[in-house]
Amino acid sequence: MERGVHDRGGLPTDERIDRSEHTLEDWEVLTDALAGALARRGLVSVDELRRGIESIPPGDYERASYYERWLSSLETILTEKGVLAAGELDRRAAG
Amino acid sequence: MSEHDHDHTPITNGNEPAAAVRARALEELLVEKGVLPAEEIRAGVDWLVSRTPADGARLVARAWIDPEFKQRLLADARSAALELGLDPGPSPVVVALENTETVHHMVVCTLCSCYPRALLGPPPAWYKSLPYRSRAVSDPRGVLAEFGLDLGEDVELRVVDSTADIRYLVIPSRPPGTDRLSEEQLAALITRDSMIGVAQPATPALA
Amino acid sequence: MRYRVGDPVIVAARAHRGHHRTPSYIRGKTGRIERVHAAFRNPETRAYGDDGLPKMPLYLVSFARSDLWPNGRADEGHRVYVDVFEHWLEEAK
Repeated sequence: MERGVHDRGGLPTDERIDRSEHTLEDWEVLTDALAGALARRGLVSVDELRRGIESIPPGDYERASYYERWLSSLETILTEKGVLAAGELDRRAAG
Repeated sequence: MSEHDHDHTPITNGNEPAAAVRARALEELLVEKGVLPAEEIRAGVDWLVSRTPADGARLVARAWIDPEFKQRLLADARSAALELGLDPGPSPVVVALENTETVHHMVVCTLCSCYPRALLGPPPAWYKSLPYRSRAVSDPRGVLAEFGLDLGEDVELRVVDSTADIRYLVIPSRPPGTDRLSEEQLAALITRDSMIGVAQPATPALA
Repeated sequence: MRYRVGDPVIVAARAHRGHHRTPSYIRGKTGRIERVHAAFRNPETRAYGDDGLPKMPLYLVSFARSDLWPNGRADEGHRVYVDVFEHWLEEAK
């Protein structure tokens, strides 16, 4: 049975768990806060956020950091809903 | 296929990660468009940084010294948190799982990273990592060994995969030799990792 | 709520298009109802902008490791507990 890239339970892996502590960067906290505010306002539900993350192509999903996936998903869902125009975030980020 | 999950941002060009620029650009756009007020984003950031495991530890410490509170905590952890003036967070249901001498719980979210953040603060990077999410359900004793925890063979190990809206919090076992400690001193022993279930609480000699 | 604590249940092995919260490692596996939770909005439809109503009953279901991964070490006994929606469960005989 095919599984989504996010469906990790029981997947064989030799990778050891990196137990070092990572303090969140400001942009990561910001991303989390944006998602939370959008959820509270009913604009992007937690379920939509997850669906957006799950739609990331497998290679990109595994290479991306945790909050990069969130950012990618927020862009996908907000563009889908017409809150952002296609490519608008790219243009703004490029300055 | 490489499964290396890195939780720090790769530097692309300039001094700042591309993702940082992107996050701020998204914030700007959402504020400009009137989608989110800037103050609300600020308040969200403030709330997130205010979250620490100390709140969870208070719940556990109270449960250790007050058996009736423990029963209330086990019945409805969300209400028990509110009783202590704590913020249980947006999840509609929080369930406390009691560890005993014979039963040990360990929590994971194999599908993403669901975690009782309001009570424990942000999840550690390893909790969100691909290998933890894979191995916690299929090789939990191996995972615990990496964390330095060896449960006896007689201990029943229960791995809980948070797949829905329920958030799970482990009530670790109270260590021996703690009878004389105050509630505050007990709370200081209760670590984040013991409330996830990958470690035991600290003992007084080590605290 | 269709099931009660202690009932044996099987997780549907059907393919599902789109978002869901039923991990592949329990599909087609037999487990036991451990808790009867309340009903919750359906994430499978909420993920696409729907309100997720009607709410769907949710259960905590436990599985023996040996049933999930039969080729593990004999001394590796643990149970895995997963929150599963009622519409993914069937009665086990």
